[in-house]
Amino acid sequence: MEYLISCQHMFYTYHTLQGETPALCDMDFQVKPGEFVSIVGPSGCGKSTLLSLLCGLLQPESGKILLNGKAITKDCSIGYMLQHDHLFEWRTVKKNILLGLEIQKKINRETLKEADDYLKTYGLYDFKDAKPSQLSGGMRQRAALIRTLLLHPNLLLLDEPFSALDYQTRLQVSDDIGSIIKKTGKTAILVTHDLSEAVSLGDRVFVLSPLPATIQAIVPIHFPPEFSPLQRRNTNEFKDYFNQIWKELNLNEP
Amino acid sequence: MNHDTLSAAQITFLKAHKRQKIRIHFYRFAILITFLFLWEFSAYKGWIDDFIFSSPSKLLLCCYHMIRENQLFYHIGITLFETIVSFILVMIFSLIFTILLWYSKTLTKTLDPYLVVLNSLPKSALAPLLIVWLGANYKTIILTGMSVAIFGTILNLYIGFQEVDAEKIKLIKTLGGTPTQTLFKVILPANASNIIGLMKVNIGLCLVGVIIGEFISSKSGLGYLIIYGSQVFKLDWVILSILILCCIAILLYGIIGLLERCQKNKT
Repeated sequence: MEYLISCQHMFYTYHTLQGETPALCDMDFQVKPGEFVSIVGPSGCGKSTLLSLLCGLLQPESGKILLNGKAITKDCSIGYMLQHDHLFEWRTVKKNILLGLEIQKKINRETLKEADDYLKTYGLYDFKDAKPSQLSGGMRQRAALIRTLLLHPNLLLLDEPFSALDYQTRLQVSDDIGSIIKKTGKTAILVTHDLSEAVSLGDRVFVLSPLPATIQAIVPIHFPPEFSPLQRRNTNEFKDYFNQIWKELNLNEP
Repeated sequence: MNHDTLSAAQITFLKAHKRQKIRIHFYRFAILITFLFLWEFSAYKGWIDDFIFSSPSKLLLCCYHMIRENQLFYHIGITLFETIVSFILVMIFSLIFTILLWYSKTLTKTLDPYLVVLNSLPKSALAPLLIVWLGANYKTIILTGMSVAIFGTILNLYIGFQEVDAEKIKLIKTLGGTPTQTLFKVILPANASNIIGLMKVNIGLCLVGVIIGEFISSKSGLGYLIIYGSQVFKLDWVILSILILCCIAILLYGIIGLLERCQKNKT
């Protein structure tokens, strides 16, 4: 089996004048194409650092990360969704979703048409000339996702993309975005501190230890493939998975 | 807005708001009129010496004479020209310089103490030197105007650049953007209102700098008129020039205000 992402004995340390803080310690895992991996861990355990390393913003101190068997470079197509949507208020919604294409100088008739198709599919077409502040929280996240998807990433990194939303919107949007990602067959890695979110979206859940982070447990999640994240939440197994991960997380508590 | 759809309470509120606005305008105008009247009246009664305090009617007469001799608009024009040129140069140079600082952390850290010292130095102290070095001409005056505003502008612009949300910059990086793209897609647009705010401050500062320059050496401009007038005891000239400076300040500030409204409408 060919792996999309293969992370081999990776270490990362933060250096400041006050001293050094080991953030990641011997990270070793693989992700298959089309898989959805959720990563949970105590707060401040280096989850975001891991994502920054995976998309090449940071370089590992030792060990390596391979994407399709090759080292990660800047031109690798990896989509990164940040905690906030960061739609720019000085651009219209459409101009915002074209930002990535604009930066990579890929604006042409086909990509513009594709952008319009995405806007129509995800119900944003009527708002394409609106300002981001006129959109609801859910619509903003969808616009941010379209901005990422238009670049055709092999891998999607999601850094707590729903944490800034209120609870109700959050359920809807994670259902929404989870389904979109499943439908497009993208490989995704989601970092979250919300255990039920991790279970409702992931095919596997990685539990990280406190600093320096390492993978403490990998919990495979089995649900019928046609189940949406919301349907998953209504099953009995959901609670069991939740409790299993909860126990893993609290192993380290004094 | 349709009045049929408004409740009675809302209409009362709107009316009260409008009345309040009219009242404020009335008070403002009343202060001006009272002041002018008292000034004129006390000069007429001899309570104040109109040779040194002048009076509104004397000023009008003086203004009329100076316009007939083609003097007034000439001096106003010179001062306006010098102020606007130094203002534009300040904005251009400080933007370019701040962008350079933004690109290089090393440059910023190296130059930081120099910028702080130059910013806190009273710039009027430089004016005599500039005049000796460059001669008594409009270039020196423009430079004096610039020296008052430029260092503070650079420091403030740089702070604005630094305050842009780091996550927004990260977004551009994750989309594969270069530093130059970060500059044009995030840093500058995010700082648009900051830049306009600095323009508002700078137009006033440049005027101050230009007047200082004209005080020290020049043969034209309102600053010259003020200094020359005080030396030959033509205090009408001095007071008239000061009043005109007030008007210029309001006018220039108003122009930037318009610009600000355009920018707000666009975003």
